[in-house]
Amino acid sequence: MTIPGLVWRSLRQHALSTIVTALALALAGGLLLTVWVVKTQAQKSFTDVATNFDAVLGARGSKLQLVLNAVFFMEASTANLKEADYEQIRRHPAVARAIPIAMGDNLRGYRVVGTIPAMFAEAELAAGRLWEGDEAPEAVLGSFAARQLGLTVGSEFNPTHGLAEGGPHEHEDHYEVVGVLAPTNTPLDKVVWIPVHGVQHMDGHNAAAADELSAVLIKLRSPAAGFMLDAMFNRQGNALTFAYPVATIVADLFGKIGWFDRVLALVAYLVGVVSAATVLVAIYNSMSARRRDLAILRALGARRRTLFGAVVLEATALGVIGMAASFGVFAVIVQVVAAVIRHETGAVIDPWAWHPVMGWAPLGMVTLCALGGVIPALKAYRTDVAAGLTPES
Amino acid sequence: MASVITFMALLDITDLRKAYRNPDGQRAEVVQVPALALEAGQQVALRGASGSGKTTFLHLLAGILAADSGTVRIDGQDMAALAEPKRDRLRATAMGYIFQTFNLLQGHTALDNVVLGMAFGPGKVDRPHARALLERVGLAGKLHHFPRQLSTGQQQRVAVARALANRPKLVLADEPTGNLDPRNAREAIALIREVCRENGAALLLVSHDEDVLMQFDDVRDFTALNQAAHLREVAS
Repeated sequence: MTIPGLVWRSLRQHALSTIVTALALALAGGLLLTVWVVKTQAQKSFTDVATNFDAVLGARGSKLQLVLNAVFFMEASTANLKEADYEQIRRHPAVARAIPIAMGDNLRGYRVVGTIPAMFAEAELAAGRLWEGDEAPEAVLGSFAARQLGLTVGSEFNPTHGLAEGGPHEHEDHYEVVGVLAPTNTPLDKVVWIPVHGVQHMDGHNAAAADELSAVLIKLRSPAAGFMLDAMFNRQGNALTFAYPVATIVADLFGKIGWFDRVLALVAYLVGVVSAATVLVAIYNSMSARRRDLAILRALGARRRTLFGAVVLEATALGVIGMAASFGVFAVIVQVVAAVIRHETGAVIDPWAWHPVMGWAPLGMVTLCALGGVIPALKAYRTDVAAGLTPES
Repeated sequence: MASVITFMALLDITDLRKAYRNPDGQRAEVVQVPALALEAGQQVALRGASGSGKTTFLHLLAGILAADSGTVRIDGQDMAALAEPKRDRLRATAMGYIFQTFNLLQGHTALDNVVLGMAFGPGKVDRPHARALLERVGLAGKLHHFPRQLSTGQQQRVAVARALANRPKLVLADEPTGNLDPRNAREAIALIREVCRENGAALLLVSHDEDVLMQFDDVRDFTALNQAAHLREVAS
């Protein structure tokens, strides 16, 4: 019988301890993987989405808030800008595409956003069609919103005032779903889209604000144009904010919450170390019970270093089992986290995309476990054979 | 000129000594055996009362304990002079040990326990040999039983099979029937002797049980052999 045989039988003999220890390791490993993968994937997903548009024009305020509100449909709107501002930027020679959006209503928590059909230039319809005319009481739903709301082509609804569920009142305006977008894996998926004039002229909305928009999403003809417009709106003017470049603003956001990442990482590291310590404790505590077995093995001719190696290998094997299971734990946790992120931001993360953490975290944990096995292995190494063979009374 | 042929004993003990220090700091001699020799295939029983140093003596022969002085030659190698790893190797290669409490590993099946008897030597593990040994001791149907699933007598047989698994030249048996009833004890001794004979292994057994001892032709008094025990008696 080889050392692996001894290790396997020991793990089987102490099955309960093996399972509990491996579970602790699996949870720690799963947490480590989740923290890194979600962090990386969320950043990638946000950045990918952000690259669909180069800039956002809105009322004077925070660029980050403007981007979060107009691109990710998060946060409250800044103040509005006039439709004339939209017309001005739309006609600007440096602008390839300008998409107005108007917000202020929701349908059971999903934002109802007014826009123009050009918004869907790069999207496909899964069913139905786009609305016809600027003022038609028709809606096109993002795929995620349609599924969550249980609406299909032909369904009807009344928007509720306010950006969050449970707003002050339901509008009398009646909308019919005429189309459902195919999944885009972008925030577009979680929105109920209606014509921009629908939001502007919605029953109960301030009539004085009927020519106002929440923001304008802009695709530029060249990067140089962005800097020119940045200077024009942000430094020379004082009524509007030109958030450019969107990707950099999103990256800055992740930079600002970097400390939170570091705290999460620290917690994950600590959980990993504590889990590896449980391997040490589990095996060390069982050493008294194994004293006799170890003495018997020595009496049969096993060398001290053989027992040392067997105990270290057992700790290592626990680490390997725990890390294998950690991918299962990761799969469960990350699905939940991904669903929350998608619900809140529309961003879709790909949890199984290769990330170095999937290599170094398991390897690191297994190494920690092996190191944790050294102390009980030393105890095994020092087994007093003659004393160990004496039955304990 | 006439040639002289000398036969080297399989086990040759010379002036073997082992002492412990008592809690009060006094040195207590436990084993002091001037000489003992066993030929290959010889079967010897040592009669000794509890506390006479029998187990310590066997541990010295097996290299489980290091002697303070003296020699223990097993097949020409001085166990007492070897470094611990070499003592382990010699024990794994040339010796089998049957314990009073059997000392089977509870997490291993009968077959695995026997396999362990050959696991630490230089050769490859021979599972068919382990299986054959268990069949020889009457446990063909219990190969995959764990010790807790076996009767005391069956556990003893597994221990016998394990002691012979590495094809040893010398089997040491320390009160091997201490936990058996008289009938099972007689059968166990007969089995141990038979299997050792079949495998060409010498047998050195220690016991205080007269029923066991009377099954041997060559019975020696360990109390007389061990000068340390004699000294203790004189001192008291």
